[in-house]
Amino acid sequence: MLEHIELFFRSIFIDNMVFAVFLGMCSYLAVSKKVATAVGLGAAVIFVLAVTVPLNWLLDQYLLRDGALAWLGPEYADYNLSFLSFILFIATIATMVQLVEIVVEKFSPALYNSLGIFLPLIAVNCAILGGSLFMQSREIASLGLAFNYGVSSGIGWFLAILAIAAIREKIRYSNVPAPLRGLGITFIITGLMGIGFQSFGGMLTGGGNETAPAVDETAVRKIEQNLLPEETEEIKKEIDEKEVSYNDAINK
Amino acid sequence: MALLTKKDASLILDPLADNNPITIQVLGICSALAITAELKASIVMAISVLFVLGIGNVVISLLRNIIPSKIRIIVQLIVVATLVIIVDQVLKAYAYELSKTLSVFVGLIITNCIIMGRFEAFALGNGPWKSFLDGIGNALGYGIILIIVGFFRELLGSGTLFGFPVLGNPISKTGLYATGYENNGFMIIPPAALIVVGIIIWIQRSRNTALIEDN
Repeated sequence: MLEHIELFFRSIFIDNMVFAVFLGMCSYLAVSKKVATAVGLGAAVIFVLAVTVPLNWLLDQYLLRDGALAWLGPEYADYNLSFLSFILFIATIATMVQLVEIVVEKFSPALYNSLGIFLPLIAVNCAILGGSLFMQSREIASLGLAFNYGVSSGIGWFLAILAIAAIREKIRYSNVPAPLRGLGITFIITGLMGIGFQSFGGMLTGGGNETAPAVDETAVRKIEQNLLPEETEEIKKEIDEKEVSYNDAINK
Repeated sequence: MALLTKKDASLILDPLADNNPITIQVLGICSALAITAELKASIVMAISVLFVLGIGNVVISLLRNIIPSKIRIIVQLIVVATLVIIVDQVLKAYAYELSKTLSVFVGLIITNCIIMGRFEAFALGNGPWKSFLDGIGNALGYGIILIIVGFFRELLGSGTLFGFPVLGNPISKTGLYATGYENNGFMIIPPAALIVVGIIIWIQRSRNTALIEDN
């Protein structure tokens, strides 16, 4: 139960799809001019992620992983079909999006009309494929966790597009410099929101045994590349033993 | 070797500045931001997109009269997915460390809007040679932004270029670090890429006022 809660909050705030890994930026930038369409698109993304991530987890578990075909018979245990992941994932996503389109058109024609071209474009939204690929690379352990991951990533994306749409509606009456108007200022505001969301990084590490968020890996790799092995060990020990600020850890 | 005609040359040169896929057409933003913390990763990503877009454009252009309109998105997705699988396997075989840094973003080239965007906007309506040039041009435009962002982020964020320390050694305080200069940790975190691209857009639109959006 605890790992479900942890995955839920981690996917919404710490590994937020827009601010931490920049997935789904194209539709994020294009649809965020009005809050109403942003809400509609966000809801569609949550729904599609909630459906495709568990489906792709099943595909990965029983077809694509190294040794996944063992349930067919012992002679198939050596097969590794993971190179087919991209094609199979995108095929399930395209199919599910087509289904979602039909359902939305039947039950809510108003939403269908306001979303226009963006509903079929969800199929090529990096957030959807990214959700499945991250599910695969982080080796999510069970179907329940996969569903949890899909829903919470979708909620994170939804929060992001809702926030930027609300802000863009407000700054229409602000004095933005002409070259920054529209796209430029949206980029900078998204960057500032991203910095704000970084503050959630300490949310789940209070216990002391948690792994650091993914963004630290590049920083640590940089430290290791420039140092002799002895110096790296020394600094790692120092970082472990006392609380160092993020800036100090990178610049040591 | 025949020189390219003026129109053909403009297919390559336009996307480099005035019709840049990232800053003007607003396509392909996702991977442009996430992997630019290192210059090497940016260049490898740019080359991958060059390969996929160039060959993909030619294939779709050759097939354009045979693809039924109803399933054209699926055909495009299959072509791109196949090319990306090739790129991914080559990277895993010859540059394993780098493929770990790029992780899922190589796979996300499939959903990179530039590729589908150029298929729809150009390859489906033009011949193979022109489509190839258009693909190369847009991939180069994408690559230029990636390289600029990667250059500044790596230089200011860790004082290295391609992994080689160019400003001195931060531990033993040689070179620029002797004056008290410190690496800017902000440049390594993801939001820095958004702000650098915002600044690039600012500069580009100040120089070419025709690109400014009306409110």
